[in-house]
Amino acid sequence: MSRIMPFAMTMLKNLVSPPVTKNYPESPAVYPERSRGHIEITVDECISCGLCVRSCPTGALEVDKTAGSWTINRFDCIACGYCVEKCPKKCLHMVPGYQEPMMEKSSASYQKSPEVMAAEAAKKAEAAKKAAAARAAREAKKKAEAEAAARAAREISEPAQEASQPAKQARQEVTD
Amino acid sequence: MAKKRSVIPFGPQHPVLPEPIHLDLMVEDEKVIKAIPSIGFIHRGLESLVRKKDYNEMVYVAERTCGICSFMHGMGYCESVEHIMGVEVPVRARYLRTVWCEMSRIHSHLLWLGLLADGFGFESLFYQCWRIRERILDMVELTTGGRLISSVNKVGGVIRDIEPDMQTAILRAVKEIEKELRVVQKTFMNDYSVESRLKGVGVLTKKEVLELGCTGPFARASGANFDMRVRGYGAYADLDFDPIISPVGDSYARCDVRIQEIFQSIDLIRQALGQLPDGDLSVPVKGNPDGEYFMRVEQPRGEAVYYVRASGKKNLDRLRIRTPTFANLPGLCKTLEGADYADIPLLILTIDPCISCTER
Ligand code: SF4
Ligand code: SF4
Repeated sequence: MSRIMPFAMTMLKNLVSPPVTKNYPESPAVYPERSRGHIEITVDECISCGLCVRSCPTGALEVDKTAGSWTINRFDCIACGYCVEKCPKKCLHMVPGYQEPMMEKSSASYQKSPEVMAAEAAKKAEAAKKAAAARAAREAKKKAEAEAAARAAREISEPAQEASQPAKQARQEVTD
Repeated sequence: MAKKRSVIPFGPQHPVLPEPIHLDLMVEDEKVIKAIPSIGFIHRGLESLVRKKDYNEMVYVAERTCGICSFMHGMGYCESVEHIMGVEVPVRARYLRTVWCEMSRIHSHLLWLGLLADGFGFESLFYQCWRIRERILDMVELTTGGRLISSVNKVGGVIRDIEPDMQTAILRAVKEIEKELRVVQKTFMNDYSVESRLKGVGVLTKKEVLELGCTGPFARASGANFDMRVRGYGAYADLDFDPIISPVGDSYARCDVRIQEIFQSIDLIRQALGQLPDGDLSVPVKGNPDGEYFMRVEQPRGEAVYYVRASGKKNLDRLRIRTPTFANLPGLCKTLEGADYADIPLLILTIDPCISCTER
């Protein structure tokens, strides 16, 4: 008997106990905190540096600096979490919950809010203005320096010219 | 009457074997006299990819070589690069890696036990094995965030910690697994019907195993003392264990060795968690690797070899992975010779084939 049915007890127990599987999606799945479901972005904090794009092993990400958008092709993403680790602003998060099935491969794009864009544009304009001012100042300084140098050069060469004139004259006198 | 010979193509798509291997079976009546394997149906070109990816990104590609020994692929790759760069991995990281390794060994062997039970038609045993396996998968998900693909390795250490509450959960889970596995072990080892399908089937002697270069539990079941863990990578040098070896060499012994290895892994997890040292999880890694290294790790299916060559650039020059299934294929063909046709699926299963990682 022990050779034929050692499994009978387990089978009987399994028969009378409720199933171990869940009636998903009626009873929702419980994910642990660390579960690598999908990537989410707090897009307003993103500085469009593109580090995540360069680190992604599958090339699932795209960043457009001028448009202020961050795009992920969720079907290419393997949820490795490398971009999350690399992001300098820590604005990417790996959150539980797997990608839902879709009829078509598509990508999700996240756009920075107009205020943030405006603020960034203002900041950029400010920076540009500052840079322009700095450039202008630098150029003015350069010009002034160049002028000063030229003046100095003239001042050095003019007396020399004056000095050479009598010599020339003298030479002329000799030849005459 | 003269015996009739015919060639039966088996796979790459076959109802009993969800693995893309093709075998040309030359059969004489019901007996196989020769088996010619062919692989290459799902080649993915990892070796070419390595030249285009940063060596840090490549960790994530390497660990996707296989869905089951994912963690160990990532670890083997990381350790090779670390050796080249002379990085000293923190002790805690080495212990954590060992714990995750043994957790993947447990789930891989339970998966195999289930498949074997399915192979000889014992459906409820099959589901029982996978039901037990679910416990360890939950623990893998709890600690790494993925059920199979862990993504916790990086060059220089690990990304995540196993915190005290997780350690308790793991210890509780392995205790349950141990209890339930004892029952399953009795079934596998004592049941009359299981015995009639496994005993004396596909015998391979130690000499043949050595000649054909087999590895892993497949070789250990024939008495060959091959276990790369004794090399002492990770934290294995600090842990107390002996390779499990059986001198018999048939399918029954292979099953026995694997079941005992699950108990051994449970023991190793307990040891490693018991003496888990404090410290950092990783060290910062600077610069690019320059040099070459040959790393050998013991995966659930046997010895995997990583050859990495780098020349100071951010992309590696070469990454060659020799997976255990590849080494076991000659042994498989040997066991198939002279086997009954009905035993073929079972015999293919006994090497624990993972063709997907063989193809890389
Ligand atoms: S790394 Fe972070 S900050 Fe940089 S572009 Fe990506 S999401 Fe934005
Ligand atoms: S999780 Fe990995 S694959 Fe997905 S976007 Fe980030 S780096 Fe790319």
